[in-house]
Amino acid sequence: MRVTVQDAPFDPGAEAAAFTAAAAGAGAVVTFTGVVRGDGGLTAMEIEHYPGMTEAAIRDYAQEAMTRFALTDVLVIHRFGRLLPGEPIMMVATAAPHRHPAFAAAEYLMDWLKSRAPFWKKEFRAGSAAWVAAAEADEDALRRW
Amino acid sequence: MTLDVLYFAWLRERIGLPRERVETAAATVAELVEELKAREDRYAAAFADLRAVRVALDQKLAGFDAPLAGVREAAFFPPMTGG
Repeated sequence: MRVTVQDAPFDPGAEAAAFTAAAAGAGAVVTFTGVVRGDGGLTAMEIEHYPGMTEAAIRDYAQEAMTRFALTDVLVIHRFGRLLPGEPIMMVATAAPHRHPAFAAAEYLMDWLKSRAPFWKKEFRAGSAAWVAAAEADEDALRRW
Repeated sequence: MTLDVLYFAWLRERIGLPRERVETAAATVAELVEELKAREDRYAAAFADLRAVRVALDQKLAGFDAPLAGVREAAFFPPMTGG
């Protein structure tokens, strides 16, 4: 299990390849990458986090996913700082003996990261900046688990 | 007791600082918030609508009714928007 919170960019392809190579015998690997959307005139995004708590909270959710879905491995990378449209924000990878738990665990982790990991996004557009409001749908998504 | 109090995102911007050391007699988070609000308008503005504020005590999510005894770090922030 690896959890990384970093300001540096990462290469989702290289991370997926390394994770898959290390998951020999797992049978199923699912990866998800979140990317900064460039719609609505967005010029940049800033992600603030809570050093210490953010890493600990993600490790707790990753450990919970390992146990609940009997994963053989899990990877979470999440960036903070200033990002431009098209840049990967975060990725999740899960490895399991079969595909269903690997897919389910990736969705479970994404739902928890969306509304329970201490990150706050600020969007910059020409001449304005605004904090992203939490979506009701994201909170609803947690209730299915 | 002495507490480190941290603010994130728009709470940090409204209050104008990321963290401060606070001397308090508050027994709960809610009492601490009332003390802070009574200090200055910028605190009152930041804590005007507590439905939009989340709390962590020693880096664990907590409620406004949580006791402060033994706590070293309290953090206030808006609902999280990760992922």
